[in-house]
Amino acid sequence: MDGKAARRIVLGPFNRVEGDLEVSLDIADGVVRSAQVNSPLYRGFEQILQGKVPADALTFVPRICGICSVAQSAAAALALAGAMDMVPPKNGRLAADLTLAAENLADHLTHFYIFFMPDFARAAYTERSWFATTEARFKAQIGSASHDALAARSDFMRVQGLLAGKWPHTLSLQPGGSSRPLQASEKIRLYRQIRSFRQFCETVLFGDRLEAIAGLASEADLTRWLASHRDGSDFARFLALAEDLQLHTLGRAADTFLSVGAYTNDGNPWLARGVWEAGQVRPFDPADVREDLSHAWYAEAETTQAPALASTLPLVDKEGAYSWCKAPRLAGKVVETGALARQLVAGHPLAQDLVARDGGNVKSRVVGRLLEIARLVIAMEGWAQALTPGEPYCIFGDMPEEADSVGLVEAARGSLGHWLSVRRGRIHNYQIIAPTTWNFSPRDAAGVPGALEQALAGTPVGTGEDGLPSVQHIVRSFDPCMVCTVH
Amino acid sequence: MNLLWLQSGGCGGCTLSWLGSEMGPLFAALRDEQLDILWHPSLSEATGTEAQELLRACATGMTPVDILCIEGSMLRGPKGSGRFHLLAGTGIPTVDWVRQLALRARHVVAVGTCAAFGGITAAGNNPTEACGLQYEGEHKGGLLGADFLDATGLPVINIAGCPTHPDWVTETLIALNRGELKASDLDPLGRPRFYADHLVHQGCARNEYYEFKASAEHPTEQGCLMENLGCKGTQAHADCNLRPWNGSGSCLTGGYACIRCTEPGFEEPGHPFAETPKVAGIPIGLPADMPKAWFVALAALSKSATPERVRENARADHVVRAPAIKGGRKS
Repeated sequence: MDGKAARRIVLGPFNRVEGDLEVSLDIADGVVRSAQVNSPLYRGFEQILQGKVPADALTFVPRICGICSVAQSAAAALALAGAMDMVPPKNGRLAADLTLAAENLADHLTHFYIFFMPDFARAAYTERSWFATTEARFKAQIGSASHDALAARSDFMRVQGLLAGKWPHTLSLQPGGSSRPLQASEKIRLYRQIRSFRQFCETVLFGDRLEAIAGLASEADLTRWLASHRDGSDFARFLALAEDLQLHTLGRAADTFLSVGAYTNDGNPWLARGVWEAGQVRPFDPADVREDLSHAWYAEAETTQAPALASTLPLVDKEGAYSWCKAPRLAGKVVETGALARQLVAGHPLAQDLVARDGGNVKSRVVGRLLEIARLVIAMEGWAQALTPGEPYCIFGDMPEEADSVGLVEAARGSLGHWLSVRRGRIHNYQIIAPTTWNFSPRDAAGVPGALEQALAGTPVGTGEDGLPSVQHIVRSFDPCMVCTVH
Repeated sequence: MNLLWLQSGGCGGCTLSWLGSEMGPLFAALRDEQLDILWHPSLSEATGTEAQELLRACATGMTPVDILCIEGSMLRGPKGSGRFHLLAGTGIPTVDWVRQLALRARHVVAVGTCAAFGGITAAGNNPTEACGLQYEGEHKGGLLGADFLDATGLPVINIAGCPTHPDWVTETLIALNRGELKASDLDPLGRPRFYADHLVHQGCARNEYYEFKASAEHPTEQGCLMENLGCKGTQAHADCNLRPWNGSGSCLTGGYACIRCTEPGFEEPGHPFAETPKVAGIPIGLPADMPKAWFVALAALSKSATPERVRENARADHVVRAPAIKGGRKS
C-alpha cells in the first residue's frame, strides 16, 4: 500500500468487545480520514416489552446484556420505583449499590485483562523493549495475567452469590430495594470477600495501597508513581507502554463528558451527576436528550425523538442508514460517557488533570477505569459495613395504572437510561439509551459523527490490513458493549 | 479437540457466566483437558480479516471443527433474510454461517436457552423471528431442523439456562472431549442429564416452608415462593440448588422465584413472572409428577399442620423464632 490513494477497509468481526461490532475506515496517506461504526445485531427488546406488566421489565432487561446485567436491572428498578413513588430503605439502597459496584468492578477487570491488554501482545509490537514481558503476561488466553485475573474475578463474583443469588441476570434488585436481606454472618462474609479482592488489587493489579492509587492527583503524580513502581504491577506495565506508545495522543473524541451520577445510598450520588465541558461541570437535564434516527435502520416520524416518546421500528432497507444504533445527542451535542467521565464529573483531580492536558484518549480512559477500581473497592468496604441486619431491605407498593418515569444509572461503560411509560397498567413504551449508544452512535442528521467515529478520525494506521493496533486500542479504550447499544 | 464459538441473538451472558467458573482459572482448565479454543468472539486475539479467514476455513472444512458452540438465538428475520444479524465484516447472515458450520462440525452445542430454544429473544411477538438451533420453543425444528444429527449421531446438545451455570458448559465440553457424552446422556430436549435430570426444588433452602406451604407474600420474606411469587422450582429441570452459583447463591437464596429458565418457552409464562397464577386459590403449575388431587390434599393437610415457628418465619426477612432444642443424650 503506497498510502496515496484513499481506500476503505471494513474491520469485523471486531472482537474482544461485548457483542458484535463492525468498523469501516476510509484511509488516505496512512491516516484514517473518516470512520463509520456499525452495530450489526438487532433483537427488539423495546418491542418485546410493550404490553407486559411493568414488573416484568425486571426479568427482561437484565437479559439485554450479559455484562451490564445488573446495571440494566438497576435502571429498571429505579424507573419502576419512580412510577410507584417509592424510595428504598437504607439497607436496600446499600445492597443495590454494592451489587452494581461489584458488577462494574468485575467489568473493569474483564476489560483490562481479557479485552484490552492482549492487543499489546500482538506481533506488531515484537520490536518493542517491553514485548517479551507483555506477551508472557497478557497474551490472549495464554498470558499469566489471564489466569490471575479470572481467578480473582471468580472469587470476587462470590459477592454476587451473596447479594444477588447469581450473576448475571439476578432478580434481587427490586423497586423497593433488595430481595436479599443479608444477615450478620453474611455481612461478615461479604466484607471478607471484598477485602480479598483488595488483596488482589494491591498485590497484582496496582502493586500499591488502594489509597495511594486513589490519592494520585495529577499527571505528574502518575509519572512519579511509575518511576518508583516500574514493573511492579500490571498498572505500572500499562503506564510504561502507554508512555512508549504515546497512548495519550490516540483516540481523542468530542471532549464533552456525561455522568448521570452513581451510588446514592446516602441520599446523594457518591459520584456526582453532570456534564463536563471545557473544564466546567454543568447540571445534566434529561430533557436535553434526543435520539436521532437519520443513519439508523429505523422508521422515523421525526428526525429526532425525545426518548420517552421514541419508537423502535426496524426498517432494514433504509437509505443512508448504516447501523442498528440510534444517535443520542445532548442538546444537539455528541457526548462521551464512561469511567473517565464519572471520575471527571465527580471532580477527581487525576481525571481532571489528564483530561485538561490531552482530553479523553486511550490512556486517560484506561486510567479512569483503574482509578475507579481503587476508589470503588474502598467505598464498597464502607457500604458493606454500613448494612444493618434486622432493618428492612425492601418496601412494597402498587403500580399506578398510568405513569411516566425514567431510571438513570451508571453502568461500567457509562450512563444508562430507561424511559418507562405505563398506560392501563401495562408497559406502553420502554426506551433504553445505553452507554455505548452514546459512545458508538452513528452520524446524526447534521452529519456529525459519534464519539468513536470522531476518536478514530486522524489516527495514523501504518500500512498493514490488520496491523492497525492503534485502531484496536482506540475502539477498545471505550470498553464498548454492543448488546446494550442495540437491544 | 478444538472449539469454535459464535454468538448471535443473545446477551453474551453465558460466556460471562462461564468466565466465573470455579474449577480453577478457566483457560488453564481447558488446556489441561486438551480443549483448544480455535476462536471465541470475547476471548481470542484474532480479529477482522484474520478471524474471517479462520471462520471461512472452518466453514469449508479446511480446518476441522470438533465442537461448534453457539450462544444466542438464531435470528431469521426480517422476513427470513437473517439481516437482523449480519456477521460483522462478512455481510453474511449469521444464520447462514451457522448452517454451514454445523454441517462441518463434529458436535454442535447450544450454549444457553436462546441458542437451544429461542429464549428471551423470542418473547412477545418475536420481532426478529428468533429460534433455537434445533428447537423453536418446545417444538423440534429450529434453524437446523428436527432431523439434524452430527457426524457421531448426536443431536444438538442443549445446555439450556438463562444464563448457563459455568460448570454445565465446562463439564459438557469435557465429557464430549473424552467421548463420554452419548445420546443416552441427553434428556428428551437434548439437555445433558447430569444437570437436567434434577429439579431446582431439590436442595432448595426453603424446603421446610414448602413442606408446610408456609408462603412468602413479598420478596425478602423467607417463606416458600411457590404459592404467591411465581416460583417454578418444582417443575424446572436444573441442579441450581445442588450446585451453588457464584460460591453460595441460587435464585432462591437470592430471594426471588425460579422462572424455569432452562425450559423452552420460559420467556412467555402466560402470567406476570413474579406472580403465581391460581384457580380457586390453588396454584395451576403443579410440581413435576405430582397428581393434582394429592397435591391439594397434602397442601391442605400440611397447612393445617404448620408449626407457629415456620408460619412466623415465613413472613419475616430473618429468623424471628428459633427451632426448639431437643434434650441431650438419651443414655
